[in-house]
Amino acid sequence: MSSRPGHAEALGIEFVDLPFGCCGFPLEPLDRVRSLAMAAYNLMLASREGLDIATLCSACAETLIKAEWLLSREEGLLRRVNRVLGELDAEYKGEAPRVLHIARMLHEEVGVERIRGLVKRPLNDLRVAVHYGCHYMRPSEAYGGFEDPERPRSLDELVEATGAESVEYPGKMDCCGGGLLAMSERVAKEMAAKKLRRLSELGVDALVLICPFCAIMYDRYQSLILGEGRIPVLYYTQLLGLALGLEPEALGLDLNAVAVDGLLEKVM
Amino acid sequence: MIEVDEIDTRFLRRLKSEFDESHLACFQCGVCSASCPVIEIEASFNPRRIMKMTRLGLKSRVLSSDYIWLCSMCLLCEERCPQGVRIPEVMTALRNLAVEEGYIPEPMRRIRSLLAEGGRLYPIDDFTAEERIDRGLPEVEAEPEFVKRLAGGVKA
Repeated sequence: MSSRPGHAEALGIEFVDLPFGCCGFPLEPLDRVRSLAMAAYNLMLASREGLDIATLCSACAETLIKAEWLLSREEGLLRRVNRVLGELDAEYKGEAPRVLHIARMLHEEVGVERIRGLVKRPLNDLRVAVHYGCHYMRPSEAYGGFEDPERPRSLDELVEATGAESVEYPGKMDCCGGGLLAMSERVAKEMAAKKLRRLSELGVDALVLICPFCAIMYDRYQSLILGEGRIPVLYYTQLLGLALGLEPEALGLDLNAVAVDGLLEKVM
Repeated sequence: MIEVDEIDTRFLRRLKSEFDESHLACFQCGVCSASCPVIEIEASFNPRRIMKMTRLGLKSRVLSSDYIWLCSMCLLCEERCPQGVRIPEVMTALRNLAVEEGYIPEPMRRIRSLLAEGGRLYPIDDFTAEERIDRGLPEVEAEPEFVKRLAGGVKA
């Protein structure tokens, strides 16, 4: 879902590519100290350039923010992390660049009103369900409580800025199950299935989400779970791109697993 | 039945000093289990029970179990716990300690070797690399060296 180039200009954001690597999240269950060292290394890369970090993935945002938070308050842990970083001749000295999930960045830095003003193709005919996932705003303690951890609003507001309607639905705050995909595909798929079945009955035009791992569960696995792809799944920037008047080809919509043709017909 | 010699106080001390102290405050109200999206599907995963067994110091039983690997890390229980227990952090601690004891589920070994050998969970193959160029996306390092080295040091 490569829907980044094109938006940045319209929204006045400059993206700089840095040689980031894995945030460390997948290693946490095996070795928390090495997972934190990986996060710290990424933080140092941004800090060296004096830049903030924008993430597309909610678990990346959480992992990096939690690393800053933990390492600023637990000296023993910091020492152990630095012992590991010594292998790379690196030392983490509390560098704490701002880490913003792209949705949070759009909401806080660009702002809903400005986005509304930039809309060239209002999506007034669309009824969409938003999916926040878990790591976008939890743990609220590490995130400084920028969102209500159980009743967030920012993504609804971002969706509504495009003209689309964000429908309320039971299970809106459910976990996609992606965190369990490696350990138990059965449980993970069953967790994702709950939302997909509900949305299937509800008949929404799309599910809009903000985490690539949630997309694996709801988009990639949808035909396995429902027997066929029924509900288009858009990453928020794909929806936003349509509203900003960008061409579907520029939004990577052809890379989505569930076809989005019906939705495009409604919009274009 | 719990036998007294199952109780391992060294395990408790390590948990407290290296990982997490918050679990000491658990008073077994069960809000975690009531909030858990996994337990409704897989009853063998019961965070309240895991907290109790951990607090009792039942090291071997807990660390050799399959269920400590079934937390989806949705973090809802942490938000709702009236005692401020960071249950997901306890799960991480238990998993890390299980790994030390040699209890490593196969999928976790695979994750480790993907990162240690290729630097990415989802490798960038030639097709993806070409797609990126076609779509005007910047080139990325195929195998980030720091990831390979940090993951390579994980004992598994």
